[in-house]
Order: sequence, then structure tokens, then C-alpha cells
Amino acid sequence: MNIVECRDVKKIYRQGKVEVHALRGVNLSIQKGGFIALAGPSGSGKTTLLNIIGGLDYANSGSITLDGNIINEMSQSKLANLRLNNIGFVFQAYNLIPVLSALENVEFVMLLQGVPAAERRKRATTILDDVGLKDAYGRRPAELSGGQQQRVAVARAIVSNPLIVLADEPTANLDSKTGEGLMEMMREMNEKKDVTFIFSTHDRMVMDYARRLVYIRDGLVADEQE
Amino acid sequence: MYLQMGWRNIWRNPRRTIVIMTAVIIGVWAMIFLGALMRGISEQMVRNGITTLTGHIQVHHRGFRKDPVIENSIDKPEVVEAALSKILPQDARWTTRVRVDAIASNARHSGGATLVGIDPEREAEISFIGQAVTEGAYLKTGDTYGIIVGQALADKFETKLGRKLVMMSQDTKGDIASRAFRITGIFRAEMEATEKQFVFVTTGAARKMLKLGNEASEVSILLTDYKESDEVADALRGVLPSESYDVETWRELLPLVTAVLKIYDWFIYLWFLIIFIAMGFGIVNTILMAVFERIREFGLLKALGMKPWWIVKEVLAESFFLLILGMVVGNALGFLSIFALTDTGIDLSALSEGLEFAGMSRVIYPFVLITDIVAANLVVLILGLVVSIYPAVKAARFTPVKAMAHT
Ligand SMILES: Nc1ncnc2c1ncn2[C@@H]1O[C@H](COP(=O)(O)OP(=O)(O)O)[C@@H](O)[C@H]1O
Ligand SMILES: [Mg+2]
Repeated sequence: MNIVECRDVKKIYRQGKVEVHALRGVNLSIQKGGFIALAGPSGSGKTTLLNIIGGLDYANSGSITLDGNIINEMSQSKLANLRLNNIGFVFQAYNLIPVLSALENVEFVMLLQGVPAAERRKRATTILDDVGLKDAYGRRPAELSGGQQQRVAVARAIVSNPLIVLADEPTANLDSKTGEGLMEMMREMNEKKDVTFIFSTHDRMVMDYARRLVYIRDGLVADEQE
Repeated sequence: MYLQMGWRNIWRNPRRTIVIMTAVIIGVWAMIFLGALMRGISEQMVRNGITTLTGHIQVHHRGFRKDPVIENSIDKPEVVEAALSKILPQDARWTTRVRVDAIASNARHSGGATLVGIDPEREAEISFIGQAVTEGAYLKTGDTYGIIVGQALADKFETKLGRKLVMMSQDTKGDIASRAFRITGIFRAEMEATEKQFVFVTTGAARKMLKLGNEASEVSILLTDYKESDEVADALRGVLPSESYDVETWRELLPLVTAVLKIYDWFIYLWFLIIFIAMGFGIVNTILMAVFERIREFGLLKALGMKPWWIVKEVLAESFFLLILGMVVGNALGFLSIFALTDTGIDLSALSEGLEFAGMSRVIYPFVLITDIVAANLVVLILGLVVSIYPAVKAARFTPVKAMAHT
């Protein structure tokens, strides 16, 4: 069963009189349990596509289905619920709430979901151990390295078993060794917990970790590789 | 966790937090302390008015207040006295007075004054004069020649203790009555006007001079609780027929003071509002700054699925802490300032002449009204939160995509 279905998705940004066709009719199906890279040069439309799949932005036309729900017709507040309960996000940087510790950052989403405190604590510590941050529970983002911050972000994204995790260039701000470590960890989580990951990148090394590679060029799917 | 986040967020920029907290502290302090001083002024105005021969309730012969001549005296004070002993609460005090407009003169000067004949013992329990004599001695029952004058009058007349003062007025038959008294005491009063206006002799001396029998001009009553004034006055009106007697409470006897009291109520709330407006701009500004510095963060929160309303709550939590901290310290400082002045008061005698015109005392003491304190704190907290809604809603409106693109 396909967890994500994009049919002829188009997105146009208007800046004054100028129109930017960021997506020109993307067709894409993603199966549950996948580990998919959206690859393509900067400006090709990767971020735009991830935002639309994640319900952060609306497409101008086409349809996006997430686990059978057509999301491009949902209201803002429905989308917020969808993001909260079904989608995990990892951004390029500034993923964490600065005034909360690593543990609290992971717990935060569960708090919004209404998970009871004891359960929150248990799940947050378990997942932080899984991503290799056993000793960093109490540290604030400013006291964590870039790689550790991204690990906390991944932990937060997967802690509530979402349908899908969307990671927009998660390694872009990391050196290659740290980036590799993060990708390995994500792959491990994908296999161990059967979480679906879609991540974007323009980095060869990161693409190598993907089990399926989708090339995006000029707002279109240009090529695919298993 | 909103509270926790709010609390931690305000300490991300401690300098700014302290600046705005200081503004709240000064505002709350000013509301409480200056409010208490204003209350002190009005409280003292009432007290001055009441102790300056007014009391809480007065009984006169009908028409005396409009035309205070000797013909308008109470013919049979014993009727009033009987009514009083029946109706007044146990611990209430009362006294009768003879009171007439007169001219005082000595060898060098002459001028108008109000001659008041008092029962020295009873009077001492009711009005200021019992404690006001600073030179010489207070009157004694049966003293027929002694007169007590105010310091200001003595100065004006260039006279002193032991000198003679001639009082002149109209007696019951319309003839000129005059009598020479010897100054046996000099009193001081809160207000110079009081010192210039009143001279005191015993009722016996006054009656003799005015050829009165048993008559009295007024009966003045002091209750233990001024709040009972209306109730007691009503009861007295029930037994003292209105064709013969006027029974009035201090509110009616001191119309100016009563009016000023009402104005003060508005003044104080206006004062609260003015301070709040000044403070409110600071609060909105600070919270707006804090919000705009964190556009990215609010975008992240929304991307994670946080509803706008939750973001509003988080921002309001920040403003709540700023306000509460400022209020706690502001209240503490306010009460400390009030406490420091409870005994000494603030001496305004340097400005006294101008102030007296407004019926104010030379020294003002702060006076705390719980309702004022509650009102001040509610104004700050509630209006403070209300004005913070604006930046909070702004924070909640950032869309995740735009906010995350913002650097
Ligand atoms: N908010 C926006 N307003 C206008 N143009 C945008 C906006 N976001 C992206 N674009 C444009 O859309 C195109 C795709 O951008 P993006 O999806 O960010 O690409 P990528 O993530 O692959 O670098 C680019 O040409 C970019 O300039
Ligand atoms: Mg991008």
C-alpha cells in the first residue's frame, strides 16, 4: 500500500509580478517502510515538495494523498493535527526549542499529543538511548553539537511512530563524518522500527544510503533508481 | 510546560526582562504608594472636618445652619438630650455648644471670629480642641472669663497669653452684647484657618454674655463608627420633629469634603489608568520584540503541529511572569514606603498655605484602602495580559513555511 501519492502536483510562487514554477506536475508514489532520497540540485523543488507532502504548504493543483487522506483539501487546523500525530519533521537546522533540554524537546510533541507524563518520559528516554544520546538528556540545544542536535530532532520525529518522517537536507549543516553517522542511525531506525523516511539531499554520500532514489530537476521527477 | 517555557523564555534576554520588570515595579509602586497618599489626604480631610467641631451628626434648631443667629437656638436642649440618651449607642459621645458670630478686638486690632461656648469636659472627647492647647491651659467648667484663641489669631492680633480680648455680638434681644475675656490658652490646629476662626469660652460664659438661659446652638455627636452615621441620624429624625430640628450627618454638614471624596475616587482610578497606559506600551513593545526575535521558533512550533491558541498561551505565560514578578516587588516596595511613613507622614508645611486652601493638612499620612490595592493589581494583571494578546496573536499567525525561511 502506498503511504504517499502525488498526482500532477504543481506549485507556483508569486513574487510580485514574477511567477516561479517550483513544481510542474510531480507524480510520486511512496510505499510504507521506504527509505527514499529526493535528490537534485539546489532550487529544483525538493523543499517545496516535502513541505507540500508534510502539509506545511498547499499545492496549486494536483492531489496529495497521505495514507488514503487527501491532504490538499484539508483546513489549516486539520493539517496541524495531521502533522502533530502522523508526520515527523527534521529540518536542516534550528530544529529544537532552545529553552528545552534534549529530553524535553522529545517529550514536547508527545505533550501536545496528550501522552501521559510517565509514558512520555519512558518513550523519550528509550528513543534518546536508541539514537545514541544516553548522556545528553538534560542538555539544552546550545550545549549539543550539530550532529547531536540532528539526532535529537530525529528522535523527536520518530518517537510517536508517525506514518512518515520528512527530513529536508538533514545533513547539510554537518561535516561528512557526522552526516554519515546520522544517515546510518536513520537507516537503522528505518529498519528496526519500520518508519518511512523521505529525505532530500544534493550530497552523493547521503544518496548512497537511500534504498530508493528520486531525482528532481526543475520541479519534475527526472529519474528514479532502486 | 507552557509555564516552564514561558519562564525560561523571559530569562533568555535578562537585561530586557529586568528593564521591563523595573517599569512594572515602578508602575505598581506608584499606584500603591501615591494612591495611599491620595487616600491619606482625603482621609485626613474627613478627619479634620469631623474633629473641627463637626462630629458625625449634629442637631440644630431648624434654620440655624442657614441663619446662625442667636434666635435660632435650640430652646430646650433637654428634649434633645433625652432623645440622645434613648437612641445613641452606648459608647457614643455628644456635647452641646453655644455658637455665634462675633467680633474680637483688642487695643490694636479687631476682626470677625466665631465664638464657641463649650462644655470643656464633654467637648474634649469630641473635637480637636481638647488636645490642641499648646500654651496656657484648656478651659475648666465654671470659668467665666477665660478664652482660648488660635495661634494664628494671637499672631494676627499681636497678643499673647494673659492679655485681654473683647468679644462683641448680638444678644437675644437684639442689643449689642460685649464682654472682656482673658486669654488663658492658645491652641494650634491642623489648619491655620481653624486657628483664625474659632475662639472658645465655656457655655456658661457665652450664655451670660448673650443673655441666654438654657439654650444651645448645636448638639454635636461622635459615634465610634462613622459608618453608623446615617442609621443613627435617621433614628434621631424619628424622635426629633423636623418642624423644630435639623438632624444632619457629616456628609451633609461638610458638602465640600463629600464632593472632594467623590472626585478622589475617580482621581485614583484615573491615576491607575494613566500609569498603566505608560506601562502598557512598554509591555507590548517588549513582548513584540521577544516575539519577532523568535519568528523561526514559532514557525517550528507550528510545523510540529502546535495550534495557534497554544502559541498564544505560551506568549501570554511570558507576559504573565513579567507582570507577576513586577507586581510582587512593586507591592512590596509600595507597602515598605507606606510603612516607612505611617508614623512620620510627609510634611508639606512649606507648601501649606496653598494646600490649606484645598482643605489639606500640613502633614499627610498614607492610608491604605484594600480595594485600591486590589484594583491596582487587577488593573496591571488583567490589562497587562489583555495588551499582550496583540503580540501573542502575532506570534501565532506566523506560517511555518515563511517563518522557517526567515533568518
Ligand atoms: N517562498 C518562496 N517564494 C518564492 N519562490 C520560492 C519560495 N520558496 C522557493 N522558491 C523557489 O522555488 C524553487 C524551488 O525551491 P526549493 O523547493 O527550495 O528548492 P530546493 O529545496 O530543491 O533547493 C526555487 O527556484 C526557489 O527560488
Ligand atoms: Mg531546499
